[in-house]
Amino acid sequence: MSRFKLALQDEHRSNLIVSVLAIILGFLAGLLILLITGLNPLDMFIAMGRGVFGITDAGFNIRYIGEFLVTVMPITLTGLSVAFAFQAGLFNIGAEGQMIVGGYAAVFVALVVKLPIGLHVVVAVLAAAVAGALWGFVPGLLKAKFNINEVVVTIMMNYTAMYTTNYLLKLIPGSSLTKTADIPQSASLSSSFLSSLTNQSRLNWGIIIVILAIIIFKIIMEKTTFGYELRAVGANRDASRYAGMKVSRNIILSMSIAGAFAGLAGAVMTLGTFGFGRVLTSFDGYGSDGIAVALIGGNTALGSLFGGVLLGALQSAQTIMQVYGIPKEIAVIVSAMIIVLIAMKNGLKDILKRIGGIK
Amino acid sequence: MNVDPTAKIQNISVGMQQRVEILKMLYRDADILIFDEPTAVLTPQEIQELIKIMHDLVAEGKSIILITHKLKEIKQSADRCTVLRRGRFIGTVDVKTSSEKQMAEMMVGREVNMNIVKGEAKAGEPVLVIKNLDVNNNRGMKAVKGVDLVCKAGEITCIAGIEGNGQLEFVEAITGLRDVNEGTIILNGDDITKMSVRKRTNLGIAYVPEDRHRFGLVLDMTLNDNMILQSYYQKPFSNNGFFDFPEIRKYTERLSKDFDVRSSRGPDTIVRSMSGGNQQKAILAREIDRSPDLLIVFQPTRGLDVGAIEYIHKRIVQERDSGKAVLLVSYELDEVLDLSDIIHVFYSGQVVGSIPAAIANENDLGVLMAGSSLEESHESI
Amino acid sequence: MSTLYTALNMTLIFSCPIIIAGLGGLYSEKSGVTNVALEGLMLIGAFASATTIVFLEPYTAWAPWISIVVGAIAGGIFSLIHAFASIRLKANQVISGTGINMLATGLTVYLCQIIFNQQRTQTFQTGFAKVSVPVLKDIPIIGPIFFNNVYATVYIGFLLVLITWYVLKKTRFGIRMRACGENPHAAESLGINVYKTRYIGVLISGILSGLAGGILVLTQDTQFTVGSIHGIGFIALATLVFGKWNPFGVLGAGTFFGLSQIIRMFVNSVAFLSFLPDEVFFAFPYVITIFALILFRGKGNGPKAAGIPYDQGARS
Repeated sequence: MSRFKLALQDEHRSNLIVSVLAIILGFLAGLLILLITGLNPLDMFIAMGRGVFGITDAGFNIRYIGEFLVTVMPITLTGLSVAFAFQAGLFNIGAEGQMIVGGYAAVFVALVVKLPIGLHVVVAVLAAAVAGALWGFVPGLLKAKFNINEVVVTIMMNYTAMYTTNYLLKLIPGSSLTKTADIPQSASLSSSFLSSLTNQSRLNWGIIIVILAIIIFKIIMEKTTFGYELRAVGANRDASRYAGMKVSRNIILSMSIAGAFAGLAGAVMTLGTFGFGRVLTSFDGYGSDGIAVALIGGNTALGSLFGGVLLGALQSAQTIMQVYGIPKEIAVIVSAMIIVLIAMKNGLKDILKRIGGIK
Repeated sequence: MNVDPTAKIQNISVGMQQRVEILKMLYRDADILIFDEPTAVLTPQEIQELIKIMHDLVAEGKSIILITHKLKEIKQSADRCTVLRRGRFIGTVDVKTSSEKQMAEMMVGREVNMNIVKGEAKAGEPVLVIKNLDVNNNRGMKAVKGVDLVCKAGEITCIAGIEGNGQLEFVEAITGLRDVNEGTIILNGDDITKMSVRKRTNLGIAYVPEDRHRFGLVLDMTLNDNMILQSYYQKPFSNNGFFDFPEIRKYTERLSKDFDVRSSRGPDTIVRSMSGGNQQKAILAREIDRSPDLLIVFQPTRGLDVGAIEYIHKRIVQERDSGKAVLLVSYELDEVLDLSDIIHVFYSGQVVGSIPAAIANENDLGVLMAGSSLEESHESI
Repeated sequence: MSTLYTALNMTLIFSCPIIIAGLGGLYSEKSGVTNVALEGLMLIGAFASATTIVFLEPYTAWAPWISIVVGAIAGGIFSLIHAFASIRLKANQVISGTGINMLATGLTVYLCQIIFNQQRTQTFQTGFAKVSVPVLKDIPIIGPIFFNNVYATVYIGFLLVLITWYVLKKTRFGIRMRACGENPHAAESLGINVYKTRYIGVLISGILSGLAGGILVLTQDTQFTVGSIHGIGFIALATLVFGKWNPFGVLGAGTFFGLSQIIRMFVNSVAFLSFLPDEVFFAFPYVITIFALILFRGKGNGPKAAGIPYDQGARS
């Protein structure tokens, strides 16, 4: 008990405790909804276990693990995007849109621009990052120069991204009304090696991009003066101004870099997982997953990876859950509950302290 | 009670506004009146009037609870005094039979030296020269109107006055946080009127801000992070944009030792968890250690316990004695009288009087702080 | 000329949910709680209304009216999550609101799966019927726009604008509510229960958003889908900035955004627009909202304490 009290009084550890509590309560809320609607909550966990460890009726199948990693990739990247902006005190609800334009840019380079093998895929991935950055730059600029709330702007940018790219995708030669032509091998992230390693799953070289993104995030935030400036601006804008930091520039840069991370998620999906560009009828929800991932991970690089793995486990189990008659939206419900609960972390800490007997 | 019932609240003085508050309590037939730091925004004369009103109310049979940190007011107005320290009950004393020193010791928990030991100032060359400065406040109204001021090396120049008479805007214009409409600010011969905050910092301005939580510290970062707030991009703290963490830690540890900054987990302490006194000492350490030519301290001891106040006053005098120019802005008359070498009184954005500290007294300062000139007040007497 | 009348008439219909949800946002913000969950609350209202009408319409002609009431109640109940999080547990209100939006998306589709075995509700047959007001509809200009072939729900929107104006400006409750959004500590010191007032503010925003969602789905759609609200809740939030936190401002801004929604239906009758692809008009309302935010920026009249959790102990 006294160790628990000590941990509560410590800023870092009490944040961790609250996050764990939020995850547990989030899953409990999911269970409750399953119970109320007459479904067996145990099935959800069985499905998750089977999804993550690849246990099927026909025995172990490593393909499930490959597909599990495939779901982890994009939400880890959008998680990094949201986390990066959070560190600078900004709420990036626009990862969805930034990812969409990133995906489009990658497909455009892949299908329209002719480049030699080796270079082609690199340029396509970079184009996605740049497009995403541009889509983050706009709300960053509006926030920095006009103090316009980034939340509403990024939402509007999400819809704008979807409709604009839907139109532009259909203009690319070879596109149908629902998707583009398959992208050429020279621009593809798909990997027969990774795929064969995991019994023909869609696992691809995107995983390298995810790992690199995590490392870059970690270095920027923890080792560089630039990351320090971003964190200072995020935590206290006035003190940062007095310290001589360029607050506007940092806001714009942080939103742009956040956009770049989301843009990369777009490249991983189009160049890797799908191998073509899709015309969207509604949002895929990777942006809101990213919010949950970032919050679970305390807005850090490794935390986002953890959040990505956790939600990825839930999402990769969706198809198995449907076999049990559990609607796949239960994953969205659990993520959403976790977001709401982590938003309340100050209040939860107070409650825990009261229970722990600390005034 | 002398109140004009038809006046708009925003147009009457703070002292008047306070009387309105008291009236409100009275017409609601309150028997117990709680005054929470009621004198913070009053002139000495207004304080005397308030104390008189409180005595009248007591005579009518009302009970008054006065919350204050000013010993003199306790002495003047209270019958009994209860001291709380860090949320704990320390003791209740009879005010008539207790000395200020005794009560101060209860507040701090140890013996205190109430008098600042301070030698003669050895004024040197002007460090900061301000000519005809005009500055707006946040609402776009003129807050500083044509102020001229000089701060000399080796001297503590003080700006006295009631809160909200342009002091904040004036200082923010000097530090670069606020744009100037008109006038010039010259530091060591360089015109810095339009320079960025960072350039000014590098030219030798240090600033201990009034609102230390808003401008002085990033509360959710560590002591390490806060100690390098202005110099993080310089060697030895970083090379080519990458931090040298051992160097930063060494620096924080040295400053903490030199300035007696206490924290639970040393350099890794989140600053929010530190006490107000230690937070302020950390800011002072950071600002003084840059060895500035001009040290601006704004309400340096607000809300601190007597022990921390004593320490901070001592360090400010030390800086003066080492030949730095110090610009002190304070709303507390005791602090002004104790520390300053020369006092300029701000009223409504203007300097309404300048008095060498040696000949200053509370009454004259109070007259100036209320916006009257000394000549007028002497005539009326 | 008749195209223009129809267009203006359609504008009224499309503005109505935006205005009502915007008014909801106004109550919440005036009491001091930022509510980015309007979108999710509308979604809940739309789902509840659509589900109710599917089951009730065979039995009663009042089904649409009952349905929007159910939508309003559902929105109100759901908003209590945001209220509890923001008010009692001092949540970051923007994050909490975002979580609730996501929760609404997940929960509504989940329930569709449980109830209808598909990703959306069943289609309903009638929804609201358009009405024409005798005599008034024959007034030149005003008649064809306001009184001919419109949904009666449009009048609810106008009425709510007037009521909101009256409540916020003229009643004791309204003044208390505004005090809680401007300076909660002062309000508390004068005996106003800040927590209770904020709960009521958020609850009203939930009821109105739920109502707006119900009206939207019953006047513009034939079933509930996850895309039914498609950002309207956020556009409603933008009407607050655009309308300077004033009920009549919300009315004006809502009408403007309603117009931006219907332009795509009339492109074909306007020659110089018809060559543009559909997607331009789909994106138009969102792009125009961004521009409106830029043009009408400024700290304006937003409640000072909106978005800041109230803590009795902390001093401002």
